[in-house]
Amino acid sequence: MQLVQNFPFACILLTLICAVITSVLKPRAARYLTFFAICAVTAMTACVMVFTLKTGESYVYLMGHFPAPWGNEIRVGVLETVTMMVLCFVILFSFTGGMRVSVRQIEETKYNIFCILVDLTMLSLLALVYTNDLFTAYVFIEINTLAAAGLVIMRQIGRGVVAGVRYMIMNLLGSSLFLIGVVILYTITGHLLMEPIQDSVAVLAQTGKYHVPLTMVLALISVGLAMKSALFPFSSWLPGAYSNATPTASALLSSIVSKGYIVLLVKVYVRVIGYDVVRQLGVFDVLFVFGAAGMVMGSVCAVRAKTTRMMVAYSSVAQIGYIFTALGMGNEVGMVCALWHVLAHAATKSMLFISGAELDVASGDTHLRRDLRGGFWRSPLAATAFTLGSANLVGVPMLSAFVTKVMLSTAAINTGGRHAAITLACLAVSTLLNAWYFLNTTLHLFTPVRDESGARVVQSRVPMRGMTALSLIGFIALNLILGLWCGDILDALFTGLHHFA
Amino acid sequence: MAKAWKERLERWLTEEDSALERRMIAMQTREPDEESDEPDEATVIREAQERTVEQDVAERVHAWKERRGSKLMRRLYCALCVCVCVTMIFLLLFTVSTLPRFGSPNHPINNEVSARYIEKGLQETGAVNIVTGMILDYRAFDTLGESSVLFTAAMVVLFLLRMDEKSDQYSPLARVMREMPHADTYYEPHNDVILQKAAVILVPMVLLLGIYVVLNGHLSPGGGFSGGAIMGAALMLYVTAFGFKSIHRFFRYKTYQTIVLCALLTYAVSKCYSFYTGANGIHSVIPLGTPGAILSSGLILVLNICVGFIVTCTMYAFYAVFRKGEV
Repeated sequence: MQLVQNFPFACILLTLICAVITSVLKPRAARYLTFFAICAVTAMTACVMVFTLKTGESYVYLMGHFPAPWGNEIRVGVLETVTMMVLCFVILFSFTGGMRVSVRQIEETKYNIFCILVDLTMLSLLALVYTNDLFTAYVFIEINTLAAAGLVIMRQIGRGVVAGVRYMIMNLLGSSLFLIGVVILYTITGHLLMEPIQDSVAVLAQTGKYHVPLTMVLALISVGLAMKSALFPFSSWLPGAYSNATPTASALLSSIVSKGYIVLLVKVYVRVIGYDVVRQLGVFDVLFVFGAAGMVMGSVCAVRAKTTRMMVAYSSVAQIGYIFTALGMGNEVGMVCALWHVLAHAATKSMLFISGAELDVASGDTHLRRDLRGGFWRSPLAATAFTLGSANLVGVPMLSAFVTKVMLSTAAINTGGRHAAITLACLAVSTLLNAWYFLNTTLHLFTPVRDESGARVVQSRVPMRGMTALSLIGFIALNLILGLWCGDILDALFTGLHHFA
Repeated sequence: MAKAWKERLERWLTEEDSALERRMIAMQTREPDEESDEPDEATVIREAQERTVEQDVAERVHAWKERRGSKLMRRLYCALCVCVCVTMIFLLLFTVSTLPRFGSPNHPINNEVSARYIEKGLQETGAVNIVTGMILDYRAFDTLGESSVLFTAAMVVLFLLRMDEKSDQYSPLARVMREMPHADTYYEPHNDVILQKAAVILVPMVLLLGIYVVLNGHLSPGGGFSGGAIMGAALMLYVTAFGFKSIHRFFRYKTYQTIVLCALLTYAVSKCYSFYTGANGIHSVIPLGTPGAILSSGLILVLNICVGFIVTCTMYAFYAVFRKGEV
């Protein structure tokens, strides 16, 4: 085994060790150590990605001395590493970009706990993406949930704590449904590892044995994970949680926490249960309906939101709707489209939260949309990043979300029938609403402030810290790369998905 | 002691207000203090505005609650909740009834996985207790995750509830606690003789039992999680009987931090070694020892001790921060 193949395991252990050490550090040291951990994980992930792309193969890494199905193991392939690579950059830029605001908002002596929770979020994401075992997935779902709840309440304001409690209740319900699903699956197959389960499930589906438990398993796991990733009817916890946390936390919650569950759900469908069985049991159709409803309802709520953060938070509901609609197509193109949108949305939404927070700081911290007027002159870089993010989510060509919309429409038309009509209609409505609310905010940014006599008020530029500026530039670059090199990344995702099944 | 009790009894009999209640009444009836320096006009206007906004919101909430439509909605909501729960219970029970019979020889879980755990567990892990061998050796990665779950939970709870000197600048809860430090401990027994005498006998015994359960985790039922919970209970009993001042002589926040840091680091580093050697096909140099001896089963004993420490400290920390806001 080559040295580079050890890197995924090293990433997991390094993040855990850094989190543990951070618990005794002073705020400044905690910040540096977390920054180091994120950078190290990003660098190692880059090496593994190059390795897997070069060999084009996936490999299994034993976590201990015992091979499957007796011991634990992780699986590393093109799909996992490419996904992890993009998400690593998102974590890095979110952490550095939101640092100024988070230092101000979080109690000084407890700042290290914030860093620990960032580390642990990354740890759980790594484990969820690489795991090859359903119970390991559950353990890290728990860590993810607890760390995310901590991130929601970090500001210790009343609304944040209420949002945190609500988040906890909904997410624990989701986790327990997932756990019950895993337990039933273990009872009817006798395995926890993904490949042996897939073989057993294929046999069960053929013979028709244990039909009811299998349906129940699929329903429980799908509903559990949909609840945790805020699919429309279960999304009531989302706006409060995202809009009352610190910017870094909002960025991580929207782009990392909910996305890990979706990657896991794809894994369950492709690697554990198999497309055919899922389609037979009609789960894809249910996801499709709720996804399409989420696309429209999220956008409608976002139009009605008064603050930018609330608007961006509700827009997440709509974007999660896109992902689940793509999943609901129930074919390979749909899966790749969903995974692609996970990456596109993670990169864009975190940029919107970080740049939105900077714009708020430059505009008097009211979070109101109308106070953003003239924001471009006060904070040009943040305004540019915000505009790019908005343009992306609206679906301007050359950017990543446009690719999603094209893929989604193509997949829907190829599927034909009701799918095509519903998808195209919802896409059209959602895109129009997206354009409405994002254009509204962006226009505010570029409208000069005038006094009562109509003369233009000169806006002084609000200084931005170098680290924040670098992060915003990083975000802009990441989004442009995702948009401009979408062909290569999509190819990699397709290859990864082929190895997956 | 007896005098204090007599006084307390008398106060109770005469129904005199407790100190806390007296203070609360005093706070409610107190005339607003004369401000020494006049607040500026802007502050007055802002405060008045805030007050009207608050009143307005309160009135609207009240009106909304009283409306017939919202009452109906609430009832509908409750009815729907009950329906969903009943359906869920019915579906899950129905699913359970279709599952393979528990304990039957043809049960799918009786496969090569459990067969190897039972037949080769002792030989491969050195642990007489198969369950411990399974969770700390075959599936050690999951258990590492479980310990991290405890660590995460402890960190979040400490963040929310531990009071620092500057906490009241950020947290409303800390402000309340600062203003009324004994608000929720006033009715608790202080220096209860019966409790203290019982604790003197029980605490060492319970601690010893916990240590026994942890150290024998690989030989008999038990292990780090259960032993840690027992030791945590001993610490809780001690602090309930003798108070925080006594326990601070040997267990402070720093002690907690150091123990958890060392235990989790030892756990992570030793697992680093075993994962790395396992995946790269390198022979592990750690001897398994003679099965049945206390010093056997390789790393399992060390890991059990680490888990025991983590669980003890976390249980006690939960209790302490929930009770007093500090460890």
